[in-house]
Amino acid sequence: MIVADQKPLEEIIERVKDRRKILVAGCNECVTVCEVGGRKEVGVLASALRLYFANQGQEVAVGEITLERQCDREYVQQAREDVEAHDVVVSLACGVGCQFMAEEYATTPCLPGVNTKFMGGKVDRGIWAERCQGCGACILADTGGICPVARCAKRILNGPCGGSTKGKCEISKEVDCAWQLIVDRLKSLGRMEDYEKVAPIKDWSTERAGGPRKAVREDVQL
Amino acid sequence: MRLNYPANIKIMRVPCTGKVDVIHILRAFEKGADGVYLVGCMEGNCAFEHGNFRAKKRVAKVAAILDKVGIGGGRVRMYNLSSGDAPLFAQYAREMTENILALGPSPVRTSGIGSGTTAANAA
Amino acid sequence: MSAEVKTPSKLEKILASGELAVTSECGPPRGSDPGGIKHKAEMIRDYVDAINITDNQTSVTRLCSLASCIHLRLMGVEPILQMVTRDRNRIAIQSDILGAASFDIHNMLCLSGDHQSFGDCPTGQNVHDLDSMQLIQTVRHMRDEGKFLGGDEIKRPPQMFVGAAANPFADPYEIRVSRLAKKITSGVEFIQTQCIFNLDKFEQYMKEAGDRGLTEKAYIMAGLTPLKSAGMAKYMKNRVPGMDVPDEVVSRIAGVEKDKQAEEGIKICIESVQRLKECPGVKGFHIMAIEWEEKVPEIVKGGGLYPRPKV
Repeated sequence: MIVADQKPLEEIIERVKDRRKILVAGCNECVTVCEVGGRKEVGVLASALRLYFANQGQEVAVGEITLERQCDREYVQQAREDVEAHDVVVSLACGVGCQFMAEEYATTPCLPGVNTKFMGGKVDRGIWAERCQGCGACILADTGGICPVARCAKRILNGPCGGSTKGKCEISKEVDCAWQLIVDRLKSLGRMEDYEKVAPIKDWSTERAGGPRKAVREDVQL
Repeated sequence: MRLNYPANIKIMRVPCTGKVDVIHILRAFEKGADGVYLVGCMEGNCAFEHGNFRAKKRVAKVAAILDKVGIGGGRVRMYNLSSGDAPLFAQYAREMTENILALGPSPVRTSGIGSGTTAANAA
Repeated sequence: MSAEVKTPSKLEKILASGELAVTSECGPPRGSDPGGIKHKAEMIRDYVDAINITDNQTSVTRLCSLASCIHLRLMGVEPILQMVTRDRNRIAIQSDILGAASFDIHNMLCLSGDHQSFGDCPTGQNVHDLDSMQLIQTVRHMRDEGKFLGGDEIKRPPQMFVGAAANPFADPYEIRVSRLAKKITSGVEFIQTQCIFNLDKFEQYMKEAGDRGLTEKAYIMAGLTPLKSAGMAKYMKNRVPGMDVPDEVVSRIAGVEKDKQAEEGIKICIESVQRLKECPGVKGFHIMAIEWEEKVPEIVKGGGLYPRPKV
């Protein structure tokens, strides 16, 4: 799923401090799972904003809405009444949802309330880690199910580099060396001879470098 | 034990402090509370194992929010005691009251701005 | 190993002739004055066969390796262009290789490069369009096929003698020889190892490499760094990843008075040369004495490697 972090409260306040009717809009999917933008977090942010404005002695309305998801026009459209009753939207959805909202309600500013970070999953309570960079040409079958594009700080395809130390990446002891993981996995799969195959130069045109991407299923289009 | 504790304290009973979430505390401040404190079991003795640790983290989070919005994080606190320790309960009640009196009334009350203003009644 | 040479590289000629080769390295300045690097090169030119110029080492922005190599070339000194994949995409890489070739630079060391967070621009991007193995393949492709990666012909293809680094002491240890094999499969022709203090372990590594026939497929040059002090020995032992400094080495240098430690460090280095000359598969030495280049002549002489052969 998409994982995001909350923006610092002071940054959000700075953006909305001159507004009088603010709508905090959450999303029921990824940002709910990583606990930054679901119904609960919408409530907390809205409450914090109300306390801020009360402290400033200002009469400000802060509304709350949580959509099924914000990356689908059908759901985004359901917020029309609420959006039109406010003069700014703070979206706690990921960057995708925030943009869909902004596109639908072009005359109401839609501001991001989170910093969208990566595609990843939960590794432990309260900890989500990056696993996929969306390179568009998945090589997991060759690397024992561990992605060097997402998990190697240098996205080396024939690793490890000389900085791997005791299974950790040179950039930090908290980051596993993806290539140590790959070697260990290939060993447990009995595939160590695959380690010596030289991975070919990657075609990066399917990732960000090639430009903004689309996925199309013509068979489901009308 | 029928000990005395200050009359300005409104007690909300919960089965465990772990049941108290960030939003509950923030709402209390929205509705004009001058201070909120949680009283839970001694650390390591929570009847539900981690409830009081969850509460501790949530109190810390609320304090941080209150500091950022200018209400002041000193208005929220967590206390731990064993459930039989009535004298300590009364002492904490007095301490919290003194703490809040020193801080003064919450700016939410003094500003006169209604709590939980929604677009509907602001329009 | 056939003694045929494929490039005009002087380093290749010496290695192919069966003589032990000697290389050293210099770091460029953090400014545009080439004087320092020319001075260092001048100081050691008669004691080494070729000189590596590091490429924004530790991600600290410096005068580029290519320009420094050109300065050396114009002085008549044989340079080894170090190129990291961190800072350039494949277009710039091929372009820089042609730039080097246009000045008749014939040696290249292919590296990944330290992460930019270590240097002076930690907020910058890293590229790694290719990794070091793929860079080796690229150089060989440009030289031997005479073509760009895209397939077009190269007018006057670069004649590069291709090298890479190897660290017999890095983690994970079990794949050290596999990695060497992989680099050789990619097309590497010479290897410079990370500096060696644990000679037993290195000899074991060379034996394993030899058993697989790898020492016949690439010229392996043993990396050595003279220790200046016990402090340096301890620092390298404890703080530098991928470095194996045995306790005996630390205690040997620490057991000597402070003002004699540098001399002891040089002695240790010279003894290492003497011992590794006998190690099968070792075809030369790469002496890394950054900021202590003035000691290179002493080490080369003490190791019985002076004068350098004329080719």
